[in-house]
Amino acid sequence: MPTQTTVASTGNTVVAEAMRQCAPDVVAAYPITPQTTIVEEFAKFVAQGKVHTEYVCTESEHSAMSACIGASAAGARVMTATASQGLALMWEELYIASGMRLPIVMANANRALSAPINIHCDHSDIMGARDAGWIVLFAETAQEAYDNTIMATRIAEDPEVLLPAMSCLDGFITTHSIDRVQVMDDESVSEFVGDYEPQNALLDVDNPVSHGNFAGLGGPYFEFKKAQRLAIDRSKAVIGRVGEAYSELSGRSFGFIETDMMDDAEVAIVVIGSSAGNARHVAKQMRAEGVKAGLVKVRCFRPFPAAELAEALKGAKAVAVLDRSETFGAEGGPLYTETRSALYDLETRVPIVNYVYGLGGSDVRLELMRSVYTDLSDIATGAAEPSGLQYLGAR
Amino acid sequence: MSETKQSKWDISDMDSWTAEDFPLGAVIPDSGNSRDYVTGGWRSERPIRNVDTCIECLLCWIVCPDTAIRVADEKLAPDPDTFNLDHCKGCGVCANECPVEAITMVPEGCELPEVK
Repeated sequence: MPTQTTVASTGNTVVAEAMRQCAPDVVAAYPITPQTTIVEEFAKFVAQGKVHTEYVCTESEHSAMSACIGASAAGARVMTATASQGLALMWEELYIASGMRLPIVMANANRALSAPINIHCDHSDIMGARDAGWIVLFAETAQEAYDNTIMATRIAEDPEVLLPAMSCLDGFITTHSIDRVQVMDDESVSEFVGDYEPQNALLDVDNPVSHGNFAGLGGPYFEFKKAQRLAIDRSKAVIGRVGEAYSELSGRSFGFIETDMMDDAEVAIVVIGSSAGNARHVAKQMRAEGVKAGLVKVRCFRPFPAAELAEALKGAKAVAVLDRSETFGAEGGPLYTETRSALYDLETRVPIVNYVYGLGGSDVRLELMRSVYTDLSDIATGAAEPSGLQYLGAR
Repeated sequence: MSETKQSKWDISDMDSWTAEDFPLGAVIPDSGNSRDYVTGGWRSERPIRNVDTCIECLLCWIVCPDTAIRVADEKLAPDPDTFNLDHCKGCGVCANECPVEAITMVPEGCELPEVK
């Protein structure tokens, strides 16, 4: 069993620690709030000789991801980190990384997108990139950010998968708050992630390959996209296996979704990230008051855990899906539309309401969570469902 | 002819490959195979050489941006092999650069009844 040390640390610090323990060959990054301290701390490890990584300071996130792609195609284990506008600037490279099947691991410190300028948490950045072909894991706590980073490395590099993976943590709330975290010893992490054995490495001079090729004008572009779909579908089994192995090693559980008090829940909130903490707290209060409240936290967004959500929510009388991003003009937020679709095949229709909350770091107070559970209780006892998307806490 | 030799990576039945058959991430796992990738289908005009005017200066062979001018023994290959139509994209550089105007570009497909 690993030696685990309990530390008081920010999410960013333990993500940098997890990166050091995974020992990437190359890290190419550009600083951006609230991610900066990840690469800052990692650069310090490199300077101190605590990790033997080629650390590349690029002039933008566009260049950072481009350098990561080049390094990964060369055969290196590659990691980086970004947030918000940085992720947006990486947009075209995100698709190239997944299309070239390069298992780059990236931490994303979820932050709102401009305009107006805002540096605080919401999920607009990653939700804009949710279909870029990356595996997407979310953390509620610094502990989960640490754990997800390590698991993401092994998942991405699995020969059955070979897709890039993103480990998301909520800007400031998780990235900068001091949290209680158990950190494993270096050797256990190193053994868990194993050595990366690249396929089609450009530096394998005995087996020359060409990367970044053309497949248009009647070429097999369509088939390559289908191959990506097959790979991310296969990744579900791999994520399950890696999650189990990691749980066994660390003693901390991992699921595509994590449920609290859902066995007999009549009203349930589905949420991603740090707000699960407040939702859980209020659900417990509601339980004490006799309301059968439950919580479903989504920890893996891509591949989307549709079957798991349907199974968890099928007995509920009213469900609220909380989205921390806007999808202007759409039926609702991305978590809502996909969760609602996941429930379509259930024999009994589950009333489901969408709340957009916490944009630009807007505070998600306990009373807001309570108002959601109260709305759900009303619906569960016969009140009409509100029509359309609800804004939680916006004037 | 050596230019039609297959590379080690046989793509001759690529049209029947499924998503599972293609190399990971669209890599090309061998060198020297662009000759196997037939791109002449992009062409809308084809070059025609007037053998009476041609002075065999081979300038067309020099300026061709692909490998579509066939040369053997320092002479242009005789008709109908002068132009490798598997790779000629009809750019017309050869016709434009020919010092004696021995190459003309004619529209492709005009022999087809529906476009006559």
